Amino acid sequence: MNRINQLFNDTQDKIKSIYFTAGHPAPNTALTIIQELEKNGINMIEIGMPFSDPLADGPTIQRSSEFALEQGMSVKKLLEEIKDVRQTVSIPLLLMGYFNSVQKYGVEQFCKDISAIGIDGVILPDLPLEYYEANYQATFEKHNIIPVFLITPQTPDERIRQTDKLSKGFIYMVSTAATTGTQSGYAQETMDYFKRIKDMNLSVPTVTGFGISNKETLEQASRYSAGGIIGSAFVKAVDGSEDLAGDIADFVKTLS
Amino acid sequence: MKYQVNEHGYYGEFGGAFVPEMLYPNVDNLKKKYLEIIQSDDFKQEFELLLKDYVGRPSPLYYSERMSEVYGAKIYLKREDLNHTGSHKINNTIGQILLAKRLGKKRIIAETGAGQHGVATATVCARAGLDCVVFMGEEDVKRQRPNVEKMEMLGATVIPAMSGNRTLKDATNEAIRDWINHPNETHYIIGSVVGPHPYPDMVARFQSVISQEMKWQLMEQTGKENPDTIIACVGGGSNAAGAFYHFLDDEDVELVAVEAAGLGVNSGETAATSQVGNDGIIHGSKTLLMQTEDGQIIEPYSISAGLDYPGIGPVHAHLYKTGRVKFLNATDDEAMEAVFELTEKEGIIPALESAHALAALKKMALKKDQVVVVNLSGRGDKDMDTYIRMKNEK
Repeated sequence: MNRINQLFNDTQDKIKSIYFTAGHPAPNTALTIIQELEKNGINMIEIGMPFSDPLADGPTIQRSSEFALEQGMSVKKLLEEIKDVRQTVSIPLLLMGYFNSVQKYGVEQFCKDISAIGIDGVILPDLPLEYYEANYQATFEKHNIIPVFLITPQTPDERIRQTDKLSKGFIYMVSTAATTGTQSGYAQETMDYFKRIKDMNLSVPTVTGFGISNKETLEQASRYSAGGIIGSAFVKAVDGSEDLAGDIADFVKTLS
Repeated sequence: MKYQVNEHGYYGEFGGAFVPEMLYPNVDNLKKKYLEIIQSDDFKQEFELLLKDYVGRPSPLYYSERMSEVYGAKIYLKREDLNHTGSHKINNTIGQILLAKRLGKKRIIAETGAGQHGVATATVCARAGLDCVVFMGEEDVKRQRPNVEKMEMLGATVIPAMSGNRTLKDATNEAIRDWINHPNETHYIIGSVVGPHPYPDMVARFQSVISQEMKWQLMEQTGKENPDTIIACVGGGSNAAGAFYHFLDDEDVELVAVEAAGLGVNSGETAATSQVGNDGIIHGSKTLLMQTEDGQIIEPYSISAGLDYPGIGPVHAHLYKTGRVKFLNATDDEAMEAVFELTEKEGIIPALESAHALAALKKMALKKDQVVVVNLSGRGDKDMDTYIRMKNEK
């Protein structure tokens, strides 16, 4: 069974997941960050593949991506850096980025290579559901890579159902209409949206992302879903870090 | 119709709508409604009346006797430079603002390179009484200062894009991010035949008035509605899409697109996407793209802010791949030479973008009776700083 499914089957508690940008805050830190996050009790990790033109990202992740690329990060380099990750890490790992990086690498080759490393899933916000279904579903399934799709407060019910049908792991529930970044708290209408999605009784769990920065927002975000994904707040917390292990431990502590 | 968009939003293998899911509802709504709206009688009436009385259409088709002498062919200029706001961009913004009103949108955003699309958008927003925010690369804010002042005078807020090379690509990124953050009230007026479907088709339709007029104007002046050759510059490619539109299926009409070579196609400082790019995704559509082995978008370069873009519209990628359109290019220097040539021969100061199309004349084997239409997409007012510098160096 894919580690993502295993996680949601086995865990009764809310999932805590972290996104980081590969190549940030310094070159050759991806493996260390993954190991430290697991050690501190994080349940699942999204490894960001930096892209030159990250349309769905706010300033924090834009800057971390730009930094990582300047320091020479690429998809190939990332895969090389984490090729032995499964010798030390057992939690689910996903790659997150933009579709151009993957299509340029070659979708089939990409699935094959990341599957060999032990990557469990991929999140590509700009790969349309229909395009995936028509062109890549078979390839992803062949290599046991789980695609994760996004829904937002504006996504019509019919499309949520369609997303649910194509999802094999979880659905990424975007909290508010926004690029990535932190917020101080969720408005009532956002909480209503979380509840509305819960009441749809989808076949796969939802995990909430965008705008989670601390214990309070994580609790709010997880109330009607299986857990939350923290991105920009983590990227900020490790920016310029000279003691990754210490800074990661400190950050994770603030979440509970 | 083999060169038009298909029902799925593709031109051959190019096009589509590769947008972050957050934008899906907006783009889908547009896709479902745009044809019905723009083909309705009341829309067409209002659009055509505004093109006539507000923009000043039809734009003249001018036989240039002296350029014809120089190049040994019959050279006509399609005078989009004479439109209100100084370029072809207004054709599209008039169409899109009428659409935005019918969609009930209250706020307009746009990206701009040279500032021509920004000015054209600010103009129609002033007329429609809608809020207008224009994103413009910080580098372009500096090199196209007069247009920034115009936009602000027209009531628009100009926000400098600070990422990447701080040019057109980055301004477009910021506009898309703004749209993600304001999905309900805002309509995004894209200025070229780029972006997710239905934008490339919608913008091409609004710009197609250029070739529609050319047909009857040529008939009046030459007795035939088809020319032998049409030349237009391509950044994203909206003026070219409009100038080619009604001739695409007339395969005996030679269509020539001219890209900006910057310092030279192989200099590393270029915007000649068809020559150095390959299949990729930019701003929501699959097209030809300047990118690294790793799929990172390469920063383009051209002296002309309006052509300084690392992709081309998906329709042009298709026209290039199928060979229907011949792709040439002109360097900064060649374009500059063309600016001064047209100014001296005809008393017309063209925009730097349009000068790239003129520069292609030197690169073509023209025949004596060949009827050539050059789409003069804009006037040179916004480039005067650059021209004055060049003039003083001469």
